[in-house]
Amino acid sequence: MSEEPPPKIAVLVFPGSNDDRDAALALDRLGAEPTLVWHAERELPAVKAVVLPGGFSYGDYLRCGAIARFAPVMGAVRRFADADGLVLGICNGFQVLCEAGLLPGALRPNASLSFVCRDVGLRVERTDTPFTSRAEAGQRLTVPVKHGEGCYFADAELLAELERNGQVILRYEENPNGSVAAIAGVTNDTGTVFGLMPHPEHAVDPLLGSADGAVILGSLVDAARERILTAA
Amino acid sequence: MKATILVRPKPGILDPQGEAVQSSLRQLGFDVDNARVGRLIDLELGNGAADPEHARAELGRMCEQLLANPLIESFEIALDE
Repeated sequence: MSEEPPPKIAVLVFPGSNDDRDAALALDRLGAEPTLVWHAERELPAVKAVVLPGGFSYGDYLRCGAIARFAPVMGAVRRFADADGLVLGICNGFQVLCEAGLLPGALRPNASLSFVCRDVGLRVERTDTPFTSRAEAGQRLTVPVKHGEGCYFADAELLAELERNGQVILRYEENPNGSVAAIAGVTNDTGTVFGLMPHPEHAVDPLLGSADGAVILGSLVDAARERILTAA
Repeated sequence: MKATILVRPKPGILDPQGEAVQSSLRQLGFDVDNARVGRLIDLELGNGAADPEHARAELGRMCEQLLANPLIESFEIALDE
């Protein structure tokens, strides 16, 4: 029996993305085959998952993520997501997915008005998702954040819905930005699109202070690999 | 035709920028109880939007689709006919 091929995962590159290469490097180390996809592309290559990386797409003009949402590649991302494709948005990628309506809620300037750049403790709320399957129930992860606009907002009605549906996957142990209910990461209602403010791609090597990010990205690689097997 | 769009953080939405502005104004000695910071967008519309009623509808769509995030922001349209 031949060895399984690594699952292909697209990492989008917008003008102003700056964590695309880190995301690709981390995914490569975790056994995936990352492929960078420029924002002007109208189609995605044949991939099993899509990652929207961190950065400052289109200079964060108007609102973070508001312009990137109209990038030609986003039409393809929407079709991919609508077909239950796995989509992960990290930091600015999370903001883009919220602006695009692929994830609920919005991200606002940090309550402190300060840019926060440090390791934060996260609590994994669910382990039965394609993004946290490698975590143990209630596991605590240490992953860095670096953002000025990471204050997650959902009004009372939406928040109740998110909690009821179990869409809150990650919570901050100590809220660094004023997010409602200390939400660090949420999924869409089908659980196939996930956005988070912390940067798992910056925490895949103990040399960098933590390898806990591999729990999240490794879970995605596992889920992408399963999709190759089920498609075969 | 020219139009001005005012975008504001909705009431109840935390506005840390407004808080910083208020506290700075107070430090300067001004008696300010509250400040909210929004965004102003001036537009010059093309000939395709010459009819005010049509222009107003178009501007509403612009706000909903791009200029404001309806979840967190309200908008106001002023049309200079």
